[in-house]
Amino acid sequence: MSLFGLMWANLFRKRTRTVLTLLSVTVAFLLFMLLQAVSAAFDGGGVNVVGVDRLISSPKYSIVDSLPISQKQQLLAVEGVSAVTQQQWFGGVYQDPKNFFPKYPVEPREFFAMYPEFRISPEQLDAFVRTRTGAVAEQTLAEQYGWRIGDIIPIQADIWPKESGERLWEFELVGTFVNADQRSPLLVFQYEYFTEAVESYGKDQVGWWTVRLDDPERAQEIAASIDVLFENSLNPTRTATEDEFARQFAKQLGDIGFIATIIIAAVFFTIVLLTGNTMSQALRERIPELAVLKTLGFTDATVSLLVLGEAILLCLVGGLIGIGLAFGVRAAIAPALEGFIGAFDFTGATVATAIALSLGIGLIIGLIPALTARRLTIVDALRER
Amino acid sequence: MSQLVSCRDVTKSYIRAKEQVDVLTGINLDIEEGDFLALMGPSGSGKTTLLNLIGGLDQPSSGSIEVGGVGLQDMSERALAKWRSENVGFIFQFYNLLPVLNAQRNVELPLLLTRLSRAQRQKNAQIALEIVGLEDRAKHKPGELSGGQQQRVAIARALVADPKLLVCDEPTGDLDRETADEILNLLEVLNRDHGKTIIMVTHDPKAAAHAQTTWQMDKGKLVAEVPA
Repeated sequence: MSLFGLMWANLFRKRTRTVLTLLSVTVAFLLFMLLQAVSAAFDGGGVNVVGVDRLISSPKYSIVDSLPISQKQQLLAVEGVSAVTQQQWFGGVYQDPKNFFPKYPVEPREFFAMYPEFRISPEQLDAFVRTRTGAVAEQTLAEQYGWRIGDIIPIQADIWPKESGERLWEFELVGTFVNADQRSPLLVFQYEYFTEAVESYGKDQVGWWTVRLDDPERAQEIAASIDVLFENSLNPTRTATEDEFARQFAKQLGDIGFIATIIIAAVFFTIVLLTGNTMSQALRERIPELAVLKTLGFTDATVSLLVLGEAILLCLVGGLIGIGLAFGVRAAIAPALEGFIGAFDFTGATVATAIALSLGIGLIIGLIPALTARRLTIVDALRER
Repeated sequence: MSQLVSCRDVTKSYIRAKEQVDVLTGINLDIEEGDFLALMGPSGSGKTTLLNLIGGLDQPSSGSIEVGGVGLQDMSERALAKWRSENVGFIFQFYNLLPVLNAQRNVELPLLLTRLSRAQRQKNAQIALEIVGLEDRAKHKPGELSGGQQQRVAIARALVADPKLLVCDEPTGDLDRETADEILNLLEVLNRDHGKTIIMVTHDPKAAAHAQTTWQMDKGKLVAEVPA
């Protein structure tokens, strides 16, 4: 046995209590790691547009703004731009608010030409073009809801009611498409139908432009040209890569970094209280035992270090398990998240911060019990037996 | 025999509810090396307080205590802790074993403060357990042992660092008569065959009968040396 062995044995004096405390610390650090990764994914990326052949041009200030359809010709006139197509965030509810998937009005041929990774048969694309109220769905989305060609898909509008005031939009499913790269649950329908039928404030408005470039090496320059073009108009733009656009889009739902920080702070505050209470309780139960150690010749400093070490060990072990679990969770969910928020990964700094936090929290919760243990007088403490 | 313990004009006072309580007043006591001394007296007479002072668990309010020629009254907490670990073995009424450690590890505890190797510590703990006749219970935790066995483990722990002095506070107070006799016989063996000086606080005249010398205490004073 060693002093470490003594510390370890004392830690498991009440096995159930220690395991439960360990679990709470583990979950706290699992949350910390995942939220840090989410936060980093939203904060990361920057606006580096070099080397991509598609850009997104969106309203400069907010996703709730729109851009006029008249910008399309101006965009096509920008040197280096070979194609432009529009999309709009439709929102709406299919049967139940929890059935969330994006729905965009699009110009059919332009859309599928712009996104060759979305594969649709020529016959179904023709049907989509011909059918004014037609819609096509990504294959897995259609499978998810059991849609078949010819089905009517009712969408209850929340942002875009019809000019008549009616909120129900009905689309006929005329085809499905697959994404060669990844699952992309998406329903698209005709922009022409949308802009004709929608309430006046939505007519001839688009949510964002997708712009194809002749030369990816000029992406930076062309993005800047587009934004300069509309800088002094009523509808200034912000042009970026699709990944950056997705991140900015999600970011406008809320300050993810701030939310993550608040959650982490609340979790750790709770952990400090819970674990601190557990450690204090454990100390109170062991006062005569600590007095025995002092009787045997352990100094005040050694006894207080043993108590402090237990608290740090508890937090460190819980933290390391949490970090390990986070890597497992990351492996499982990263592929699904990366299409939405970019790289979902842990940096060395995140791991180091987690370890430092576990040591710090251990120090905080162990400090008062350690000082109490240090101040114990043998004679008084033995009397508590 | 040479003198091991010398108490001169020892007093001990506590402040309780803003009142000074004099627990020991003018204690003068000499104990020779190899002695087995019993301290008897009614509750509150100061027996345990005197034992704690001689064992270096507490400091006197005034006077001097020398054990093995070393004055304890002015030692720092750290020096006193080191001195206890090398010179005194403690045996308590309620054994005071650590419930999370098995018998072997409980006995090994005082050796964690030495420079002995792990193997040597384990060997010494085994020898101590053999002396008290509990080598076959080495892997048992205190909860798995009877009261008498736990007290034997506590005695092994007190012995393992080979101190000259054993201080025992009511070592049989929590045991039945038969087990108490076994423990007292073991203490006699340690005194007689291993040369340990033993100071034992007890209420029990039968326990005190195992000692060579018995002192009676009352109201913080040594009042009489009871003939053996």
